[in-house]
Amino acid sequence: MIQISNLHKSYVMGNNSLHVLKGMDLQIEEGEFVSIMGSSGSGKSTLLNILGILDDYDQGTYYLGGKLIQGLNETRAAMTRNEMIGFIFQSFNLISFKNAAENVALPLYYQKVSRKKRNLIALEYLDRLGLKEWAHHLPSELSGGQKQRVAIARALISQPKIILADEPTGALDSTTSFEVMDILKEINDQGKTVIIVTHEHDIAAMTKKIIRLKDGVIEEVIKNGELQLFKDRVRTE
Amino acid sequence: MFDVDVWQEIFSTIKKNKLRTFLTGFSVAWGIFMLMILLGSGNGLQNGVTKQFESNSINIMWLWTGDTSMPFEGMKEGRTIKFNNADYAFLKEKGENLENVSSRYYLPGTIMYTYKNEYGSFETSSCHPALLGMEKVNVISGRFINELDMSDFRKVIVIGDNVKKALFKDEDPIGKYVKLNNVPFKVIGLTLDKDRRNERTAYIPVTTAQRIFNGADRVHSFAVTTKMVKTEQEAEAITDKVREGLAMRHKFDPKDKKAMGSFNMLAQYIRTMKIFQAIKLFVWIIGIGTLIAGIVGVSNIMLILVKERTREIGIRKALGATPGSVIGLVLLESILITTVAGYMGLVIGVGIMEGINYGLEQALAAGGGDRIFFSNPTVDFTTAITSMVILVVSGALAGYLPARKAANVKPIEALRDE
Repeated sequence: MIQISNLHKSYVMGNNSLHVLKGMDLQIEEGEFVSIMGSSGSGKSTLLNILGILDDYDQGTYYLGGKLIQGLNETRAAMTRNEMIGFIFQSFNLISFKNAAENVALPLYYQKVSRKKRNLIALEYLDRLGLKEWAHHLPSELSGGQKQRVAIARALISQPKIILADEPTGALDSTTSFEVMDILKEINDQGKTVIIVTHEHDIAAMTKKIIRLKDGVIEEVIKNGELQLFKDRVRTE
Repeated sequence: MFDVDVWQEIFSTIKKNKLRTFLTGFSVAWGIFMLMILLGSGNGLQNGVTKQFESNSINIMWLWTGDTSMPFEGMKEGRTIKFNNADYAFLKEKGENLENVSSRYYLPGTIMYTYKNEYGSFETSSCHPALLGMEKVNVISGRFINELDMSDFRKVIVIGDNVKKALFKDEDPIGKYVKLNNVPFKVIGLTLDKDRRNERTAYIPVTTAQRIFNGADRVHSFAVTTKMVKTEQEAEAITDKVREGLAMRHKFDPKDKKAMGSFNMLAQYIRTMKIFQAIKLFVWIIGIGTLIAGIVGVSNIMLILVKERTREIGIRKALGATPGSVIGLVLLESILITTVAGYMGLVIGVGIMEGINYGLEQALAAGGGDRIFFSNPTVDFTTAITSMVILVVSGALAGYLPARKAANVKPIEALRDE
């Protein structure tokens, strides 16, 4: 699903150039449930932005679903994002003056799906996440967990190949965090590739593969079977 | 573009910022309002002054004689110049730039009009049939003087409404005889002057006038209409040509304004219209200037709006909004604000001018001032449409910079958690 090889990215700030990703190689197969971890400055946000086609890279190659993502213009990038990727953010990023259903339907709006049809689909997705009764509430009237579930519904509605979640539980208490993780797990069980960026070990431990970044390269990859080991190690750290 | 969702989004942002939207719109409305008031006033002034020209053909020219004030070919100044019928023939045949000619013989002394027991003295204008169109004589019943009246020296008279009222009261004057110094004239027509300028006037054929009132072939003045020309220079050239021709016949200096006076209405008209063109240009410049101030205001507000909505735009982009759709959103909002506000300003401005027009017409109908230099101060349809087009274009211009800024929003920066 995702194939990255020798990826370089640096940010130029005035006269200084900050080399963030230093030749990263990464492969994520279809249906994987991956978490990306790393201390701040390790390049995990940069990687996520590149994966989400929100940012460009300097060197190397990035294939998404067999397609080379490189030097896309803004319109192409927007369309590819809309088609392939569902985003979930730490701060939900719902549009405040739109109700839950309208927020969920927004990606379909950019696919030029008719209003009636997309609202129907949005309701369906909200129902799946147990929010049918809240469909006509504004985000300000929802709790944090509900907001994140609306955001998940929005990420799913365009039926993307991968879900990119940036600290999806960062703004939630632990109970709701686990709820949200359960939902993501369920989504993964249905065959979607889910990639989350997190710094919480117990959240990462709920995924099937952990990629730890350090200084712009992959430090280690911990696979499913070794997770218990990882948990134990974290606990002793 | 005419998508319900787009409008819904625009309205929801407008609703969130009612006061700001109102203030923004107000500056545009004010601009177009001022433009309409200025244009309307300019038109009113122009119409009022144009109306002063309306009582005659605008290409009319009058010629009259006096005493020479310059020596000419050895002759001293102070000679009296007199027109005669030969001059009429000369103007009629040789005046290449002239259309119609009418000569006038001033009746000597005071002419007393009598009908039965009523009498009075009125201005008697002797003329050719052509004067009908030249001085826009408005015949409301009967007819005007014709060529047969001229050649047969008929004693016929066309009287103004006031003459009729004084002599005939409620009687129908057509076919009756009115005596001018005891000479009976048959009334053949009745005129009504809209400006009440010539109502105390009566018209008789100039040939008859010369014969009955001992005029021989004497002519006091000419009214001629000239070829319609576009420029003041051309109009003055016609005057000069006519002056030269007559000066040659009567041996006076063509530049001698005392020997022969002339007034070319067309030259005057063109001069006046030029002034109004300048006024109109000035009004547009001022109006557009005011409008630009409004547009800059809209642009400014839209920029702030885009800045405020940076995060929202970032979210949209992450979800697949193309730069085009973001630009469309901002542009449409800007156009909507300017168009709606501008339209309101337009309606109010036009409304006020129409109101003033109504008041003026009422005053005129009530008989107030017949010399109003202000008439129909309204803006025509084309101007209003032009203004609307300007509004839409300016709305697009106002939204252009902010829209570009919005399109350049980088989702990663917009979505970065504070």
